[in-house]
Amino acid sequence: MTDDAPVTTAASPVTSSGPAAGATREGRPAAGPSAGGRRAKRSQRRKYLEIAFFVTPALAMLLLFVVWPVITAVQMSVFRWNGRGPLVDFVGLANYVSILGNDVFVGSLVNNLIIVVTSIAIQLPLGLAIALLLNRKMWGQGALRTIIFVPYVLAEVVAGVIWFQLVQPQYGVIDTILLAVGIEPPAQGWLGDMDLALWTVVAILTWKYLGLAVILFLAGLQGVPEELYEAAQLDGASWWQVQRRITIPLLGPTIRTWGFLSMIGSLQLFDMVWILTKGGPANATSTMAVFLVNEGTRSNNFGIAGAASVILFLIALVMAVLYQRLILRRDAKGVA
Amino acid sequence: MTRKMRGATAVALGATVALLAGACAGQGTADQETTDGESTTAEGGDATVEWWHNSNTGEGKEYYDQVAADFEEANPGVTVQVEAMQHEDMLTKLQAAMQAGSGIPDVFMSRGGGELQNDVDAGLLRDLTEDASDTVETISAFTGQYTVDDSVYALPFSMGLVGFWYNKDLFEQAGIDDVSDSPTIDEFYGYIDQLKAAGVDPLSVGAGDKWPAAHYWYYGVVRECEFETVEAAIESGDYSDECFVKAGEDVQEILAKEPFNPGFLATGAQEGPTSASGLLASERVGMELAGHWEPGVVGGLREDEKVPDWLGWFAFPTFEGQAGDPSDQMGGGDAWAVSNDAPDAAVDFAEYLLSDEVQTGFAELDMGLPTNPAATGSVANETLAQLIPVRDGGGETQLYLDTRLGQSVGNAMNDEIALMFAGEATPQDIVAAIEEAAAAQG
Repeated sequence: MTDDAPVTTAASPVTSSGPAAGATREGRPAAGPSAGGRRAKRSQRRKYLEIAFFVTPALAMLLLFVVWPVITAVQMSVFRWNGRGPLVDFVGLANYVSILGNDVFVGSLVNNLIIVVTSIAIQLPLGLAIALLLNRKMWGQGALRTIIFVPYVLAEVVAGVIWFQLVQPQYGVIDTILLAVGIEPPAQGWLGDMDLALWTVVAILTWKYLGLAVILFLAGLQGVPEELYEAAQLDGASWWQVQRRITIPLLGPTIRTWGFLSMIGSLQLFDMVWILTKGGPANATSTMAVFLVNEGTRSNNFGIAGAASVILFLIALVMAVLYQRLILRRDAKGVA
Repeated sequence: MTRKMRGATAVALGATVALLAGACAGQGTADQETTDGESTTAEGGDATVEWWHNSNTGEGKEYYDQVAADFEEANPGVTVQVEAMQHEDMLTKLQAAMQAGSGIPDVFMSRGGGELQNDVDAGLLRDLTEDASDTVETISAFTGQYTVDDSVYALPFSMGLVGFWYNKDLFEQAGIDDVSDSPTIDEFYGYIDQLKAAGVDPLSVGAGDKWPAAHYWYYGVVRECEFETVEAAIESGDYSDECFVKAGEDVQEILAKEPFNPGFLATGAQEGPTSASGLLASERVGMELAGHWEPGVVGGLREDEKVPDWLGWFAFPTFEGQAGDPSDQMGGGDAWAVSNDAPDAAVDFAEYLLSDEVQTGFAELDMGLPTNPAATGSVANETLAQLIPVRDGGGETQLYLDTRLGQSVGNAMNDEIALMFAGEATPQDIVAAIEEAAAAQG
């Protein structure tokens, strides 16, 4: 069902673009059981050629940079290989078994899931609140919107390096401020303490990605018809009632799409963690991507890394499909 | 219209094919380059030697450019193509070339041990035992870690030691007047207590990068185990000797003193002012366990970019009842390896790099600790020169164990040691992790 949808959407801009549109419209009625079958066939073939023309370059890129690496990873995952020479040492599913029994990998998976859940649980209400606030006409609105959005525009590595300096124990800005107001910061620092490190990373991620949520929600708010507000006001609805009954329900599709992006981003999380902690201390902040980089390029266990990447791929795929089916279903129907 | 469309489609398809072909061709071109080099050597005296090194800044880079030019002058027809790269970049590029089995430079740096063994097993390195026999003879004291099955595959040009670099001023302030060159563990604990009493964090360690923490354990092994015991264990994959667990217990005892900088579990090794070396450079800690590179790193992290006068060195402490020879040390170095399909001129060039002349210049610029005995007296920096008699004092020098064991086992070991620093693993766990990784490697 959902598989058909992209084809129609992909084809429609083609047919509606330029002179080709007229031709197709002309061809379509002729496609019936009556005469003129050849013409229909020709126009049909031309449509395929058009599709091929526009799709081929993108498809080639996809094959080269997505499909081929995925196949290679699957192939690698059933061998023991240190990166030198040909793949010869076939081990079957041993790499998968070893990973699933590996505490570090399981811990990384749990960390990923924690980040998926907390990102949405924190950024959704916070982002919504800020978006509603910034949607009101007020002084400095534009400036505030920019300030909220700036972290998102900043390169992840740059933001990571800045935060790494800020949260340094004793000498960092944050500890200095805390000490100045008489609060004792954690002795091992925010990233050096196993119980705090993951939450510090989550806090920094929230700072970094809140801007995206706010900007998307603000865009969604522009699509809520003004008349509804007026009608509600005439009916004597309070500001809170208006938000709860009108704004948020109409913002639904935007929120659901943002949730999807946030989930995928959390599953793939790598750069920020690598800059801040490299997965430490004691793997407290390790994610699946960190695990597979450690195993692959650092330890030369390419078979293990291949198996880990296949597992990461499957988990992301299953979660994405489930999200599409269960949560985005309503929105997809609306489009079709 | 249709025809036009078809033409355009063909163009798009053609472009795609070209793109794919281009992507595949990358490998082919690299291959060709190396074969070209070979064929020209066979025909005439002309050859190109591609040389990768990591002295990519300042005097070191200038010196190596000069060395290459001198060699070209003395060997008409030979061109040395120098690629000076930042260290990490070089490692990444080398690893990619080794995996592809093509595009490998003719002369490049190797760190020896299990990493070298992997390259030798894959048939990528040239056996230098016969081809460079004179040089191998000169530096024979150091070739052990670059030997696989009695054949020497790389020529070590710098060999250093790991030990404690300390701040003489802070030690003095803490009332430590008598610093031993090779303290016992109790004397060492005395330093820690006195520094703490003076309000100075005694030690910095970049446990975030793992290997700096792992160096403590390696030294525990060097002290607690006989050199032969370690060699036998690496050979057999059987680490059941008690001394390996004892090494971990020694480190735990040091950890129990809580001597490390706050947040050491997330501290980096040597990048920037917040790293372990940065803390030493900015006079915030008393000492740091590090290799012979430390004066250069600390100097680079200071405002004036000079090696500070207060920097001193002493050996890793010895333990009571230790089985290891007290004069044994842990360290490592860098060697020049020659790729298997390099022209003969590459071997000549590698030998030239080890010559009295080049090694002396290398020492005078403090680029490392030379292996050629003719150059060891020329190390300019006094603190660094202090390491030479310790290194050449008759004891064995164990290579950094992670390099020795190769990436796969080495990283599993480092990960577990880092866990012990976080209080999440026991000395037994480290031994188990090594054995498990060694077994998995087959």
